[in-house]
Amino acid sequence: MNLLAPFIEVLTLDNIKFLLEGFMVTLKVAAISIVLSSIIGGLVGTLRYAKIPVVSQLLAVVVETIRNLPLLLIIFFTYFALPEIGIDMEIMTAAIVALTIFESAMLSEIIRSGLNSIDKGQIEAGRSSGLNYIQTLSYIVMPQALRRMVPPIVSQFISLLKDTSLAVVIALPDLLHNGQILYAQTGSGVTPIFTIVALMYFIVNFTLSRVARRLELKQV
Amino acid sequence: MLDFSILTDNMDAFLEGFKVTLIASFIALICSFILGTLIAVMRIAPFKPINWIGTTYVEFIRNIPVLVIVFFTYLAGNFGGMAAGIIGLTVYTAAFIAEAIRAGIMSVPRGQMEAARSSGLTYGQAMRMVILPQAVKIVIPPLGNQFINLVKNSSLLAVVAGGDLMYQGDLISASTFVTFDTYIFVGLFYLILTIPLSFGVGYLEKRLARSN
Repeated sequence: MNLLAPFIEVLTLDNIKFLLEGFMVTLKVAAISIVLSSIIGGLVGTLRYAKIPVVSQLLAVVVETIRNLPLLLIIFFTYFALPEIGIDMEIMTAAIVALTIFESAMLSEIIRSGLNSIDKGQIEAGRSSGLNYIQTLSYIVMPQALRRMVPPIVSQFISLLKDTSLAVVIALPDLLHNGQILYAQTGSGVTPIFTIVALMYFIVNFTLSRVARRLELKQV
Repeated sequence: MLDFSILTDNMDAFLEGFKVTLIASFIALICSFILGTLIAVMRIAPFKPINWIGTTYVEFIRNIPVLVIVFFTYLAGNFGGMAAGIIGLTVYTAAFIAEAIRAGIMSVPRGQMEAARSSGLTYGQAMRMVILPQAVKIVIPPLGNQFINLVKNSSLLAVVAGGDLMYQGDLISASTFVTFDTYIFVGLFYLILTIPLSFGVGYLEKRLARSN
């Protein structure tokens, strides 16, 4: 039982409470970013799919640039560089803004390729039965595409939840941050604290990935 | 307007960071390819307890943040930032590569394995000489995507003082007090690596889709 002793030592009521507080911040930041990036990503992905001259090309450049940058750079940039041009944000706001920028770009690609996977004949059929382009998109193409998009979108949400941990670099008091503090305070060694922190992330993400797998199987 | 003197004055530091990012990503790619292949084979091996080890590894690692792993390797070992970062990235990326390779192996028809076994090859030989070469084609585009992710994730080295591009960027912005421009240049250096890779992967995916 020597192996478990350090774990039991760390798991006092106060420490668990402290970690859960951090976890609530993680979940809150993730949830807000998920909602915001779904809206923006959905809009951007649809606009790119619709091939509106100039707008679509411009969005393509922006999306490709953001997707190919490290999220850590975007977080640093939002929190440390933007104040230089007068945009000053609190830590949590900066974390949410940075995550939303990055994940919107990722989600917009999922949505665009989901829309692209629907046969073009569907649009033609919709248009020739008298619907206009927007109606065709929202009643014919979108509902079919959405079913295919759900699994990759859920995986992206899992990525987002994991990515919130990067905000420790700007001292967001999230799960990883609080874990680090406990590690420094208790001096109980690396393994117990980091295993517990990892398990907390794991439980939520694993549950999400199971849900995604179920949805995937349902479609086949 | 951007202050290009930041770039020219600190060119050595930028290039040093760029080099570390490139080397770290590359070493991590090779190592995680080897580890990932091993885990993929474990997951489909005809022996349940070995399957479980492979599955547990993949499911656990894929569902925790890479930064947790990097911090752990950094604090638990005595490696220094760059080595700890590379080990952490390898452990993380191997789980994703294992999944890509497993999907590739599963895409080879079962009959191939049966034919190889009945012509006298052992399981290991059949895997190495018959199944894996056929799986490679399907595995290459996702591997490319993992390399792009590695280049981006290698920025986590900055958090453990790994000397990479992001880390050098932080140092430059701290010494010049010009954060905005410095980060823009750091971003451009990353894009030099990731944009061509993205186009390459896109091209391979299209070609693969056509050949099927």
